Amino acid sequence: MQKYLTCALTWVDARFPLTSNWKAHLSEYYAPKNFNFWYYFGSLAMLVLVLQIVTGVLLTMHYKPDAALAFASVEYIMRDVPWGWLVRYMHSTGASMFFVVVYLHMFRGLLYGSYRNPRELIWLFGVAIFLCLMGEAFFGYLLPWGQMSFWGAQVIINLFTSIPFIGPDVSLWLRGDFMVSDATLNRFFAFHVIALPLVLLGLVAAHIIALHEVGSNNPDGIEIKKNKDPVTHIPLDGIPFHPYYTVKDIMGVAMFLIVFSAVLFFAPEMGGYFLEANNFIPADALKTPPHIAPVWYFTPYYSILRAVPPLFSSQFPGVVAMGLSVVAFAFLPWIDRSPVKSIRYRGVQYKSWLAVFVVSFLILGYLGTVPTTVWGTFDKALPLVGGVDRANVFARIFTLLYFLFFALMPWYSKIDKTKPVPERVTG
Amino acid sequence: MANQDVDQSKRRFLIAATTAVGGVATAAVAVPFVLSMLPSERAKAAGAPVEVDIGKVEAGSMIVVEWRSKPVWIINRTQAMLDQLTKIDDKLTDPKLDVPQQPDYARNATRSIKPGLMVLVGICTHLGCSPTSKLQSGEEGMGSDWPGGFFCPCHGSRFDLAGRVFKGSPAPINLQVPPYKYLSDSRLLIGVGQDGKEA
Repeated sequence: MQKYLTCALTWVDARFPLTSNWKAHLSEYYAPKNFNFWYYFGSLAMLVLVLQIVTGVLLTMHYKPDAALAFASVEYIMRDVPWGWLVRYMHSTGASMFFVVVYLHMFRGLLYGSYRNPRELIWLFGVAIFLCLMGEAFFGYLLPWGQMSFWGAQVIINLFTSIPFIGPDVSLWLRGDFMVSDATLNRFFAFHVIALPLVLLGLVAAHIIALHEVGSNNPDGIEIKKNKDPVTHIPLDGIPFHPYYTVKDIMGVAMFLIVFSAVLFFAPEMGGYFLEANNFIPADALKTPPHIAPVWYFTPYYSILRAVPPLFSSQFPGVVAMGLSVVAFAFLPWIDRSPVKSIRYRGVQYKSWLAVFVVSFLILGYLGTVPTTVWGTFDKALPLVGGVDRANVFARIFTLLYFLFFALMPWYSKIDKTKPVPERVTG
Repeated sequence: MANQDVDQSKRRFLIAATTAVGGVATAAVAVPFVLSMLPSERAKAAGAPVEVDIGKVEAGSMIVVEWRSKPVWIINRTQAMLDQLTKIDDKLTDPKLDVPQQPDYARNATRSIKPGLMVLVGICTHLGCSPTSKLQSGEEGMGSDWPGGFFCPCHGSRFDLAGRVFKGSPAPINLQVPPYKYLSDSRLLIGVGQDGKEA
């Protein structure tokens, strides 16, 4: 038997680089031996991507991208299609979990300087994946054609209306109608199920190819390729990805699936954070729900949009600020001038700013889920802020801090008092 | 063939010419692709003017009709409501109606053809939500100095009963008055103005 398998493999290898690819990307891809908890989320993101594609294909078999039929077809999937509820809830829970793992994956990059030279392109591909994912989530959210779907799409498309001069034509072109309508739903379906997934898969491939070219970073932020065995040229602190990290990642998958299943089976709507109550009401172009908010993973940026006041009779500055808040990540490789990569050897300044950034992100995220009136208004007698919504003032402060984390990084990262970096990884 | 036999400049010219022609062809074919996403003839036809019976709109109340899939509000304002309009100019962003958010025939103190009857596109000029009607002055939750108008639930913009935006709202400009004309005392056509202009 073994003889025939070897024979078959030799036949394939003469025609397709199977064994050499297996070695290059798995059995002889040497990853640092000191990966920790934070290194689970890349492979978990891949797992969620596969889950989303599989459940998405199954949903497409029953869903109708038609304004008159869409809402009912989702209810049909939930009630009449065998196991349809499971597939649909896996897809909607998967969307939120995708952002959970991607945010943690990105935070890992911030912790250990994974975006630094020579991994700038990995990071840029990653930022593009993140943008693509936001597009996927946005287009997908219109498809159930509920009230939140409809008015969310209406608000986001109207962001483009505020672009000077060409704005109104751009939003008309995006919608394909004077309001969000059947034409809009149909094209969002096309973007969601074919256009963006193709781009996403291409970007994920580029992300991994770039990673395997330069090798993984690690919690010490030092290059394992600098210390190689003089004979074998294998990094002394590297271990083969397979079997060591495949086994470790299976452990991560098991833990993740426990959390995923808990949400899926016990709280698929996650108290309105994963699926909003208003989205169980069919879209009505004549009536906006009393409180609209995006799904949780967009709320930090939504808060930033709301926090910036209109200037020159235009909402455009807020839209620009929101766009910048996402694109800012792309500049990290060039604005971080610290001599060290990992948080382990950084000084108090970077640590403090990272803490400020995380707190700002979380508070903006919370504020984006609630009306601006949530904390009442400042007393009218106060100077400057008298009579203004408290939440609005705090959103402005945290928006400022969010941007200062990026804007001041060239300076505080450079003057920060760093610790000496060891020669070899510390485990 | 040895390398020195190759006419390098001719080769560069051919590469440039092929790239240019290919680029033009790609750009040309992108035009129909991009234009195919514009509103279709059917969508444009559905955007035709609509006729509304306004005979049954009681004083102090409003109806909502659909025009181009957008909500259009028709508000029958009382004299008391109209009196409020003139008292709040200093609280408004654009009381003089400098931004052309209304046809010329509605650029007046009441933003309407006949003073009492207000016609507005019920879409917030901020990000396109449909504001909620808070027609009565001093309505609950709007403060004691509220003159009556509209409140947008999405981002808190406030408008008066002529659709004019209050200062401090995220909405930058007044609500739009669509082109409209009276067919008779009780019939209104929305989408075509009395000057014959369409939206």
